[in-house]
Amino acid sequence: MLSIMGETRAVWSLVRRNFHLLRRYLGWELVFWFYNLINALTIGLIGLNTPAGPTRDRTVVYLVIGALLWNFLSILFQEVSNSVQWERWEGTIEYSFMAPIRRITYLLGVCAWAVLYGLVRTLVILVGVALFFHINLQGADLTGAGLILIASSVPFIGLGLMAAVLPLLSTERGAQATQVIQGVLLLVSGVYYPISVLPAWIRWASVLSPATYTLNSVRKAVLNGASIHSLLGVSAGLLASGIVLIPIGLGIFLLAERYAMRAGSLKRNG
Amino acid sequence: MNQPQVPSVSPSVPALIADQLKKSFRERDQENRRWRQVDAVSDISLTVSRREILGILGPNGSGKSTLIRLMATLLTPDQGHVAIFGHDVQQHRLAVRRLINRVSVEASFFKKLTAEENLAYATGLYGVPNRAAQVKAREILRRLGLPTRKLKVPMEQLSRGQQQKIAIARALLTSPTLMLLDEPTTGLDPKSRREVQQFILEVRATHDATIIICTHDMNEAERLCDRVAIMSRGRFEALGTVAELKSRYGSTLEEVFFALIGEPLGEAGEQEF
Repeated sequence: MLSIMGETRAVWSLVRRNFHLLRRYLGWELVFWFYNLINALTIGLIGLNTPAGPTRDRTVVYLVIGALLWNFLSILFQEVSNSVQWERWEGTIEYSFMAPIRRITYLLGVCAWAVLYGLVRTLVILVGVALFFHINLQGADLTGAGLILIASSVPFIGLGLMAAVLPLLSTERGAQATQVIQGVLLLVSGVYYPISVLPAWIRWASVLSPATYTLNSVRKAVLNGASIHSLLGVSAGLLASGIVLIPIGLGIFLLAERYAMRAGSLKRNG
Repeated sequence: MNQPQVPSVSPSVPALIADQLKKSFRERDQENRRWRQVDAVSDISLTVSRREILGILGPNGSGKSTLIRLMATLLTPDQGHVAIFGHDVQQHRLAVRRLINRVSVEASFFKKLTAEENLAYATGLYGVPNRAAQVKAREILRRLGLPTRKLKVPMEQLSRGQQQKIAIARALLTSPTLMLLDEPTTGLDPKSRREVQQFILEVRATHDATIIICTHDMNEAERLCDRVAIMSRGRFEALGTVAELKSRYGSTLEEVFFALIGEPLGEAGEQEF
């Protein structure tokens, strides 16, 4: 009964719906984008507080990479994990889940939008940051950095799918829990500092975060010009972790949906 | 129109068979903060023929919405089975979902999006091409007495009646063979209610559709339904044609209702199930 055309239309309809929502909340979107840009700039400006010279330039770029990558990865995570929460608040989740499509199709549509939106928003902020700091990227391996970025999307989508389960079980508490997860990832992944500065009792958690490897590798590519060849291993690792995390995320999602259908918690006040 | 594939429907198979359905929920008692089990649907068996309009009458909290959700693949029964055109609701969810659609009492939409954008999303999920869906939506809304310019208006700016008409259009755009209508005319003014009722009759006649409708409106039940079930505390107290029910329990459907429910409308339960 699977119609590829039908499932493709469903993916597209999810992307289009999110684009329409973005347009309706354009005022807020502009505020968020502006805030993101200012946030990246202020973080970069911390680097300018160091003595002038190559170290200062490296520090600025180091911090800006953290701000940009965190922006991209957190958008991916939020868009995927918030998709269910949004539908629950609007009261549309029963209609979306009653549609004759596989759940993976629904989630694929959500993820496709998250990647597109995250890339565009991060690119716009990148342009703003580059203009502000007059960043010189000569010698940087941008292709390698791009490769890492794409590879890191996959495990982050997997994590997002796992987090999307929480609002499925409980609207408010689920949303609160996803914020906590995101906060922990920000703390342990070395976004603005090397993980070596983390207290030993929490440092182990950085090993589990895909963002740690992403940030480390992109910094190597941009700051040290590490060749694409030397980054292939990390890219493969990120992809492999995504290949493991996505089915696990999907499996957990399906289990949670089954539970919600047993407990009657799909409807908003359930 | 390049329509999505629809599962085969044998003419000899009833539209719906429910067999000893049971569903209960755990809920916290607000007074002593203890969890308790509430039976929302208790042992309901039912057969609905093709092209039949079945009405379900019952006070708030009687289990009507839970029953509709069980039929709509949105809830898993604790016990029993539902088959829609021969497809088990639990075993063949995708096939069943292709055959049904539902209009709920709360017209659930993305409120900032226009009706057109909401319909594009909903029909896209069913694989219906957007252009064809928009043309058909305009036809349906004209028939329901809603100016098509309202399609360009955000849902939050439409009245409840207008939203409900869009919800009916959304359900019909996917060409369901079984429509589950959960109080579709609640909150509508008399003219809109009349238009929707007329349209339901037309849908049955023109789309070869079977319709199950929950309502509080006795006149609506009498006007639309081939058979009526009176539901209370999760059970069917009676099921039959309006004439059969009147001959047994009272001279009007309202009398029948009170004779079977034994309490005033809207006071059977504290919570809507």
